[in-house]
Amino acid sequence: MIPPAFDYARPASVDEAVRVLADAGEEAKVLAGGQSLLPLLRLRLAFPELVVDVGRIPGLRGVREDGNTLVIGAMTTHHDVIHDPLVRRHAGLLASATATVADPAVRHRGTLGGSLAHADPAGDLPAVVLALDGELVAQGPRGRRTLPARDFFVDYLQSALEPDELLVEVRVPKADGWGFHYEKFHQVAQSWATVGVAVLVRRDDGHIAEARVGLTNMGSTPLRASETEDALSGAGDAAAVTRAAEAAAEGTRPSQDVSASPEYREHLARVLTRRAVLAAAGMG
Amino acid sequence: MTHISVKVDGTTYEDDVEPRLLLVHYLRDRLGLTGTPIGCDTSNCGACTVELDGVSVKSCSVLAVQADGGEVTTVEGLAQDGELSALQRAFHEKHALQCGYCTPGMLMAARDLLREHPHPTSEEIRHALEGNLCRCTGYQNIVRAVQAASEQEVPA
Repeated sequence: MIPPAFDYARPASVDEAVRVLADAGEEAKVLAGGQSLLPLLRLRLAFPELVVDVGRIPGLRGVREDGNTLVIGAMTTHHDVIHDPLVRRHAGLLASATATVADPAVRHRGTLGGSLAHADPAGDLPAVVLALDGELVAQGPRGRRTLPARDFFVDYLQSALEPDELLVEVRVPKADGWGFHYEKFHQVAQSWATVGVAVLVRRDDGHIAEARVGLTNMGSTPLRASETEDALSGAGDAAAVTRAAEAAAEGTRPSQDVSASPEYREHLARVLTRRAVLAAAGMG
Repeated sequence: MTHISVKVDGTTYEDDVEPRLLLVHYLRDRLGLTGTPIGCDTSNCGACTVELDGVSVKSCSVLAVQADGGEVTTVEGLAQDGELSALQRAFHEKHALQCGYCTPGMLMAARDLLREHPHPTSEEIRHALEGNLCRCTGYQNIVRAVQAASEQEVPA
């Protein structure tokens, strides 16, 4: 279908983008790679008066180190995240999960910042950044502020960004030495996750010392399976992991849609958590 | 209206377009390059895949204004002086199409793969083409054709 008519701005800097957004109020949408926004426009599910294309702003793409933190520019494409040597070395979970997003052509355009700001609970990367204990840096007329991932995702398709703020950076602590795995269930290769589970584990002397489990599509925001995380501490074999994974759906509120019932999603969360933890811990 | 300048299959075009115009509609309706079909209109099928600045994109998911200043290659730009590329020839020889609707997108996605992995396994080919659907389910011969092209000196 043909998108509804809108005005178009292509600011040359973050400051200019923020000014344009502040002037437009609630009626503007930010266009990053467009791989979520354009389908919404084509289906006429969004009617922005103004589309602000931040695709040409210099300095928003690329990955750098800041001590023990990786700083990923919001406009870094999925393709670039997957192939970036720093991401592969220090945040392998992000690289491997990003490789499961959609398909190669979408990954050439789609961006990390765009998919986080879109805040779709069925998107893969929100749960991954939540599991990585990442932080999101927003710039607005009042300057920059840093939000922990757990405060960034507010509700279905709703982030904590103000209408005049632009997501500029994603910061993730280096997870050197942690085992990782992203396990997702979806119906066809390039479709959204019915449920996904992002796992990081730190091993110590054959046991799991610490685990972090992020859940995709188990509620209106990405979630951490904190009961399972607690139960995994000290787990030394597959039986202990299986017991801990039984709690993976505790406290979740998965939705009902054409792909799955809430009960089926809870089942998937338990099964996929077990598989992901075993793979991450090398116990599979 | 927004003014754009785009190079498509070697020719530079200057146009005033509505910001909401999709790249695929620009190519087909404005430039008459109907070799790029519209399949699903939902980003799923990959039939409208073209190259934008050297990488494959779904042209139903790119605005024409986003291609401003860029370079687009469509399936119509693959043959040189009437000579099919090795990849196109391989699709012909391996009977990699039935109705042919998905073929332009398959060719553009496969070109992308062969640039990154000149000698892919059949598994890698299947993964690389996961965003391209063939409703005739002619996948076996498509994978064979990409493999055959990868054995050529200048595959894509």
